[in-house]
Parts: sequence; C-alpha cells; structure tokens
Amino acid sequence: MTTNRDTATSAFDTDELVINMGPQHPSTHGVLRLVLRLDGERVIDMDVVIGYLHRGVEKLTEQRDYTQIVLLTDRMDYVAAASNNLGYVETVEKLMSLEVPKRAQYIRTVLAELQRIASHLVWLGTHAMDIGAVTVFLYCLRERELVLDLFEEYCGARLTYNAMRVGGLPMDLSTGWEAKVRAFCDLLPGKIDDYETLLTNNRIWLERTKDVGVISGADATAIGLTGPALRASGVRRDVRKDEPYAAYKDFDFEVPLGTRGDTYDRYTVRLIEMRQSVRIVQQALDGMPDGPVMGKVPRLIKPPAGETYHAIESPKGELGYFIVSDGQSLSPYRLRVRPPSLCNLQALPQLARGHLVADVVALIGTIDIVLGEVDR
Amino acid sequence: MIDMVVIPVFKMLVVITAVLSAVAYMVLLERKVQAWVQVRLGPMRVGPHGVLQPIADVLKLITKEDVRPASADRFLFTLAPILVVVPALIVFAVVPFGTSTTMFGKEISLYITDLDIGLLYIVSVASIGLYGLILGGWASNSKYPLLSSLRASAQIVSYEVAVTMTLVSLIVTAGSLSLVEIVKAQEAHGVWYVFIQPVAFVIFVIGALAETNRAPFDLPEAEQELVGGFHTEYSGMRFALFFLAEYTNMIVVSAVGVTMFLGGWLAPFSSVSWLAWLGLVPGWVWFSLKTFLLLSLFLWIRATLPRYRYDQLMRLGWKVLIPLALVNLAVSAVLKVLL
Amino acid sequence: MDGWLPIIVMILLGAAFAGAGVLASQFLGPKNPTPEKLAPYECGVPPVGDARERMSVKFYLVAMIFLLFDIEVAFLYPWALALRQLGWVGYFQILVFFALLLSGFIYVWRKGVLDWGSEERI
Repeated sequence: MTTNRDTATSAFDTDELVINMGPQHPSTHGVLRLVLRLDGERVIDMDVVIGYLHRGVEKLTEQRDYTQIVLLTDRMDYVAAASNNLGYVETVEKLMSLEVPKRAQYIRTVLAELQRIASHLVWLGTHAMDIGAVTVFLYCLRERELVLDLFEEYCGARLTYNAMRVGGLPMDLSTGWEAKVRAFCDLLPGKIDDYETLLTNNRIWLERTKDVGVISGADATAIGLTGPALRASGVRRDVRKDEPYAAYKDFDFEVPLGTRGDTYDRYTVRLIEMRQSVRIVQQALDGMPDGPVMGKVPRLIKPPAGETYHAIESPKGELGYFIVSDGQSLSPYRLRVRPPSLCNLQALPQLARGHLVADVVALIGTIDIVLGEVDR
Repeated sequence: MIDMVVIPVFKMLVVITAVLSAVAYMVLLERKVQAWVQVRLGPMRVGPHGVLQPIADVLKLITKEDVRPASADRFLFTLAPILVVVPALIVFAVVPFGTSTTMFGKEISLYITDLDIGLLYIVSVASIGLYGLILGGWASNSKYPLLSSLRASAQIVSYEVAVTMTLVSLIVTAGSLSLVEIVKAQEAHGVWYVFIQPVAFVIFVIGALAETNRAPFDLPEAEQELVGGFHTEYSGMRFALFFLAEYTNMIVVSAVGVTMFLGGWLAPFSSVSWLAWLGLVPGWVWFSLKTFLLLSLFLWIRATLPRYRYDQLMRLGWKVLIPLALVNLAVSAVLKVLL
Repeated sequence: MDGWLPIIVMILLGAAFAGAGVLASQFLGPKNPTPEKLAPYECGVPPVGDARERMSVKFYLVAMIFLLFDIEVAFLYPWALALRQLGWVGYFQILVFFALLLSGFIYVWRKGVLDWGSEERI
C-alpha cells in the first residue's frame, strides 16, 4: 500500500496511523499488546505482541515434583483452574497407567463443568462489557460468584483450586454440597435467559456481532482454532465427545454448532454450552457412584520413562499436556502445554483485518483468551 | 439600578450555582442508578448513602496534580476545557425555568434573558463546545485522544443536522424562535408538542444522546476502545471541566427538550378539571421534574444498551435520522400551511 | 442589543469560573513532574511516531457535508418563521431548494461517502 505510488498522488495520501493497543489497555484482557496499523478507523493490519505475563511455568515444572505441578497449572488459565488441573493429572495418570476410581471421575467432571460455566460467565461478562453493555458484566459475575462459593466449599480456594491429585482427588465432597450444586443448576438457566433478554435480540448487539470476524470452518481448522470458536464455524470437534475423558462418555449432552462463524455464532454457541454444562452436572449428580475418591497411587510419583500427550476440552478449547519422563527423576524431563488461548489468539489478525477499531475489541473478547495461559 | 444590575446578576449566580450542583449530584445519581440496575449499592462511604460524594470528588479533583504532557500545546491544552465548559453554561441564559414569580414585592421573570432568536442561540452556542473537544484532542498530541476527538467531531456534526431539523419543524409549528414564546404557544395550543411532533421528539432524543456522547453513542469516550477518549491526557481540574461540561450538556439538552416538547414549566393535565390543582405547583418545579425525568431516561439507557460501532452510528445519523427529519419537516410545513 | 448584555455577563462569569478552577488547582495540587508522567499515553509503551499525522479523508468529507447541510438549515429558520405568510408559494420554493440539496445528498450517498463500514475488506 505504501510502495509504488507516484509522488503526485502521495501528497494527497493519508498516513497510516500506527497505534499501540495494550499492554496497558482496558480491554485487551490482560497484558496483550496489539500494534495496529489504521487507515482512519479501519484496521489494515496488526501485530500481536505477547510475553508480558511470561513466568516460565513449563520450565518451572522441571524443578517440581509431580504433585507440586498441579499448583502451577492453576496459574495458567486462572479463570478455569480446575480444567487445567484435570488436564494435567489425567496426563500423568495416562503416563503411569493409573486407575482412577469412578467417584473421583464423576466429581472431576462436575468440577470441570462448573468451571466451564464460571469461565463462560467471565467471558460473556467481559465480552459484553467490551461492547458497552456494562450491566451484563455485573450480572454474570454475580452468578460466577455462586460457582466460586461452590468451589470454595469443596476445596477452600476461590481461584487457584489445586483441587485434583494424580490418581484421584484430595478429598471427598462435604455433606450438603451436592444439594447446593443442584440448587445452582436450577437457578442458572433462568439467569442465562436474563442475559439473553439483554443481548440476544438487542439490535445494537446484533449489529455489533453479526458478520463481524467471520472465519470459515476450513480456515479455522487450518489456523488451529479449537473449542467454541471452532464449533461456531460449524466444525464438529469436541474432545469430550471425540476422545472422551473423565466420565464424559456416561453422559448425554449436545455439542452446539454455529453456521456462519461470526462473533454472534460464537456467542450463541457458548451460551448453549453453559446450558449443556448444567445438564452434564445434573446427570453426574444423579449417577454419582459411591466409593473412594483416591486410587492406588505409589507414595512417590515417578512415571516410567516415556512420553505422552493428552488433551481435554477446557472452556477455551483443546487444552493439551505433553509430558516426557526419563523414568528416574521425580520431575518431568519436559512438560509442554498446548494452551487453547495461544492457539486461538493466532486467528486474531485474520479476523480483524478490514474491520474497525471497535471490532478489534469485540474480537479479542470473542476468541476468549486468558493471558496467563497465552504466556504461561 | 436594582432592576438593571442586581437582579440579573443574582439570577445568573443562582443559575450557575444550581447547574453546577445539579451536575455534581447528577454524577452521584448516575452512579447510584447504574448501581441499582446492576445489583450493587454504589457510593456508600462518604456521608449517609454517599450523599457527600460529589463534594469529596470536587475536593479531590481540585487538589490533584495537573499533568500536562511535555509534547502538548501549552496554550490550547488549557484553552480546550474552558472552551468546552463556557458554552455549556451560557446556554442556560435563554432557558426559561418558569414565567415569573413575586419576590420582595417585585415581579421577577424566571429566565435570565428572553432572546427572540433563543433557539438559534442555543444551537449555535452548543456547537462551540465542539471546538473544545477537537482542540483538546489535538493539543494533547497523543493518538488515542486525537482519534477520539475526530470521532467526536464527526459524530456531533452528523447528529446536529438531524437535531436542528427537528427543531425547525418545531419552529414551523410554534411560529417563534423564542423559548418563552414556544412554551406559551404550547399553552395556547393546549397540548405539548411531543404529541403533535412525536417523530421529531424521538429524533431529538436520539440526537441528544449522540450529541452529548452518551451511551449507546458514547464512542468518543469508549474506554474499552479508546482508553479515556479525548481527555485521556487530562487530569485534575482541567479534566474536571471536561466532565462538568459533559454533564452540563446533558442537562442542557434535557432542559431544551423539556421546553420544546414537554411544555416547559406548564403543569400536566391542564385540561382535566379534577386535576386542576396540579397548576398550583410552581412552574419551575414542573420544569425541574420533567428535566429530571428526561435525564433519568439517559441513565436508564446507559445501563441497558451496548454501544454502537462507528460506521453504524454514522449510518443511523445520515441515512435514517436526517431523511426522517426532512420528511417530518416537510409534513409539518404542509400541515402548517393547510391549517 | 436588548437582552444580549446578560449573555455577555454570563460568558464572563463562566470563563471566570473555569479559569479560577484551573488556576486554583495549579496552586493547590502537588507538582512532581517526571519524564514518564509527561509522556503521552500509549498503553504503557513508548509512542511510535507523531500523533499529528494526516487523518483519513473521511473525516473531512463529513465536515464538508455537514457545512452544506447546516447552511441549509440556517436558511430554514427564517422560512419556518414566515411560513404562514408565505403560504404555498413559500412552501414550493423551499421544496425546490430541498430538491437541489437532496440530489447532492443522494449523490454523496451513492458515492459511498456515508459508508464507514467494513464492507470493503482488504
């Protein structure tokens, strides 16, 4: 665009505005930095700069034993700590070929789905707030608070749960917890209806989200999108269905798909996912087996030499752990995470090109990133 | 001497003080209303239920460090906030709060001055504030403020066309540019103009939201997009002046809207005989009440709606509101000539 | 000039209030300028280039269309006041005026000056 234009017209050309959006910006969801090149308000191109929240989690794992690493995984996707725990402990269990008691599997599933609801509530709130609907944000956090209360009652923590162990769970459910989860499951669908009243048929919301950031299923797959962002483009890929883990194969639930792959589809897909999560939780509570929550695990967790990759469906997409063990040390030789936020973030420049500045904000929201997970 | 100097100056001081305190409490009201909509409490700490919050805010702002960026234009950077706030305040010179009242045995009119081109005055003065926004953004020499002041100017001029056209259709109906005369015309007609010109009223309210940069048209200060808007680089009292001007403008458009469409100081239901006692309430009370209701509508809208995008805003302004206002004007003119 | 004197006084009062506020904060507020504090805000990174670059021509186009329309509206004020006396003649005269302006408006519309959207994706 800047090259090969003759001097006669260049005198009348407008300059491109290069503007930094972030790292210190209200709506980049943390310390993401975008270097935007603008023509007026239109985005010509952007560079995504990450790394402001890099803490070297992967390297740190090489200095920690396998139990301590659970605590590190909490701090990656800090709005979905339980999903991170689950992915990690299942990978180690796969590496060691451990049996996990059925009750533990069920409770893990309940926790993971509650976590999905909490994470989606944070997503919806911040996404709506980025588009200017501040009230929805407060409503969403009100319900998320209830989920956090449930987690607090289960494991004592509200954000970084450290709620799972290799081979099972550190503790059984406290009495009355299931009833409280059931009460929450009865409450939530009505609240989701409330959010929908404010947004789904709101003309401004429709205009802001429909046909914004369209990505085809083929493009989305090529770029490595996973999770709701991929399913909104009509690709049926859900680790819970395709490679069932925990107790998911026991439950009946639907995987919502979008058709156009725009921001609105990603919004509706996530809302339906929340409703489906409620169904899964209810089924898990109905069929909750008795028994221990901790399997037979050696005192020292020392996996045999080898490597394995295992993925789960975190709220944001496919969360994978790749662990290499040398068979002698109590720490992994190498632990690599496939963070859905990072992979999904790669779609941002493609989604945003040609749109306006205001859409960039909506698009950051729609791919649902957490910088703790992007940078690790 | 008393008639010429003391009373007018006294009236001006009353109006300015009233407007400034109204603005201060407007901020509190906005925070409270937003909080109630969002199941929160809002300010609660300063005084009972936070009623002293505005005073604390003013004290804080006036004792803040006044930072001026090194690359900013010294003179314009200070001029901009003043240029925004003065027009907002002087519009009230022509707004009639009521007809007249008797005080100390003297008949005192409840408006500072009654210009025969009052409406034209309001429209022109209100546009001056725009210079302040552009200068503020430009003088900061920073990208976000500049981008936002460009947004602001394009947005405000776009909606100004539609708003002034609705006002013209109202002039056609009322046959006067003086605000006092317009209210009196509504009294003579026996009906508020909102019922004669409903389309104009809707356009006016939408345009008013856009011209005061209020949600859902608050793009120039969309903090999720442009951080702080045109006053990103401002702090302390200069920032306070921008803020003051914004809220004053909200009161201005509400007051003008009440005068033009909602019968100004007139009591409602004047034709219903058993409600005639409503006329005993002083006119300025009705005026304040109606202005308050219109302002509350602004707050309610802000708490409910998401924000428009820039192109959608321009499209709504140019492709919907302006043609609509033109048609409305043509129709009102036909009716005026016919009747 | 009857009725305008109060407005001049009002302007003076308003300017005095605003000026006094700014001045007061100069005396009351602390003064600890640091280079970082005085740098323009760009999300925490040193700004790239100058902010005062040439802006998109769209903004100027809107300004020009606005000028045309605002002048049109300025013509409408006296017409609106005198409409009763002018009668149908006045009405049709302004209709012709409207038609001229509208044709310009339609031209601008069709040219796409009023489109700010993301239709033309790069």
